Amino acid sequence: MRLRMPFARGRKEFPSHLWTQCPGCGEMLFNKQLVRNLNVCTSCEHHFRFGGRERIELLVDRGSFEEHDSEMTSADPLVFADSKPYPTRIEAARAKSGEQDAVITGFALIGEVPTAIASMDFDFIGGSMGSVVGEKITRVAERALAERRPLVIVSASGGARMQEGTIALMQMAKIVAALGRLADAGLPFVSVLTDPTTGGVLASYASLGDLIVAEPGALIGFSGARVTDQTIGEKLPTGFQRSEFVLEHGFIDQIVPRAQLRDRLAFFLTAFRPVAHDMRWSL
Amino acid sequence: MVDKLLGKRTAVETNGHLPEAGLITDARAIAATRGTAWQAVQLARDPKRPHAQDVIAGAFDRFQELHGDRLFRDDPAVIGGIAEIDGLYVVVVGQQKGSSTEENIARNFGMPHPEGYRKAIRLYRLAEKFHLPLITLIDTPGAFPGPEAEERGQAEAIARSIEAMTRLATPVVVVVLGEGGSGGALALGVGDVVLALENAVYSVISPEGAAAILFRSNAEAQRAASALRLAGPDLLELGIVDALIPEPPGGAQTDHTATAKAVRAALTSELERLSRVPTADLLSARYERFRAIGVVVEPSAGQAPPKKEPWWRRGIGKVRL
Ligand SMILES: [Zn+2]
Repeated sequence: MRLRMPFARGRKEFPSHLWTQCPGCGEMLFNKQLVRNLNVCTSCEHHFRFGGRERIELLVDRGSFEEHDSEMTSADPLVFADSKPYPTRIEAARAKSGEQDAVITGFALIGEVPTAIASMDFDFIGGSMGSVVGEKITRVAERALAERRPLVIVSASGGARMQEGTIALMQMAKIVAALGRLADAGLPFVSVLTDPTTGGVLASYASLGDLIVAEPGALIGFSGARVTDQTIGEKLPTGFQRSEFVLEHGFIDQIVPRAQLRDRLAFFLTAFRPVAHDMRWSL
Repeated sequence: MVDKLLGKRTAVETNGHLPEAGLITDARAIAATRGTAWQAVQLARDPKRPHAQDVIAGAFDRFQELHGDRLFRDDPAVIGGIAEIDGLYVVVVGQQKGSSTEENIARNFGMPHPEGYRKAIRLYRLAEKFHLPLITLIDTPGAFPGPEAEERGQAEAIARSIEAMTRLATPVVVVVLGEGGSGGALALGVGDVVLALENAVYSVISPEGAAAILFRSNAEAQRAASALRLAGPDLLELGIVDALIPEPPGGAQTDHTATAKAVRAALTSELERLSRVPTADLLSARYERFRAIGVVVEPSAGQAPPKKEPWWRRGIGKVRL
């Protein structure tokens, strides 16, 4: 591609590998600057999507992340007959995202609090939840229970992974059951909703946090807006199923801008430190 | 997983049927009469198929319906109450479709709103509090996807319902009667035993929805249906359901009485089995049942993190006591 002066008039004058147009305000944003600003528009604070691994880097104390089950990959349990075979889709998703599946899990410190964390990656088949997502999150929750750590899950997902059929659906129950054990043990679970968190992910673990926070403007809903549109046959109000809408209806605690997320999590996790509980019981 | 506690069900040689309840536990037993996935979808959606009320009327001796979620309203797409079966009191909760257009409109085509799931949760708690076994009947195209359902927290209601079932301290038997549509079905689907009628289907997404995404055409729904492996025998093979309840020849719609009788036989036998298991064992077996679902590949087998003392124990010296 031929580079041109970025200060000319037409949109063509902004090569797409250098510039991105903000869907929030229409401003042309210089990519390097956008990345430096955590993928948040410098003029209107529109939050662009953010990768699962970058998210962990953003949230945890530097160098404290210890990844679990990094090599776990999907099988093809249904031998799914699709226009493209499922293993081919997986392969393509791996190349696109650089990840083995749609979630990264492990232990880390957040504000010096030892925490278990799972961070989803939307670039991997829309962050869809199949067996790998189900197994990795369940394991990290079980390890959190064993070591009495709080759990943070950052969701970015369109829902269950169709190519794994009912097996994918059952991952909802599997993860929720593991979270139940954390709850029984008095361990905190903080759910962070990012753009988008929909379908079976929202209808399971993402909605069950002791605290639920969302990034500004994230799509958060059970049914995709298109489905709702079709079923109802009427235009939906603007802002429908966005973080602000969900906050107004009472289903999340806070909207937290990306730049403040790390400190906010550190505050909550410190407040919930299990030490307080253990002391209470020991007295 | 309950089998671990009670000993594996043994199918009678050659036909794979359990003598006492007539349950099908081996998909090969019905291979000869097995239709296509699309036929199963059609049968499961047949408006003349027995719905929750028909099954409750035929399979239980007495039933008193209970209404309302105590929060917003009574959702007609979910029915529930206390019933008696073979001298045993139980709580029954089911999704209710209609058999006619008017009835379907009244029942919202069996698509619950959040208040339907919240009514279900209220009844689950009732079952737990009074130590009554819980029986759920699944029959829904899915949770209602309308804007008012979103406003009232459809996802939260489903998540809470799943959560409640995973930890409910009473025996839970799930029966998929017709359509098991995605998360809206799973909200009633976590039990110690999960059964399905022979021609029921259970899927992560409707075949039409899958076709629209995968093949960009609704017309490919038949192809999507078989790819999704949503029919009874598939579910049995995948371990999603524990056994199938046989339907009368031609399908459940041909004989409601016989279908209800088969459901009754299955429930009686399963409840009897579960009554012998202590609640704590039941809960851990239920956990393990769902824990075991999923297929993954791990090149270097399970690299668990090194075992360490929990940090709060390591740091205890610093804590003022
Ligand atoms: Zn902007």
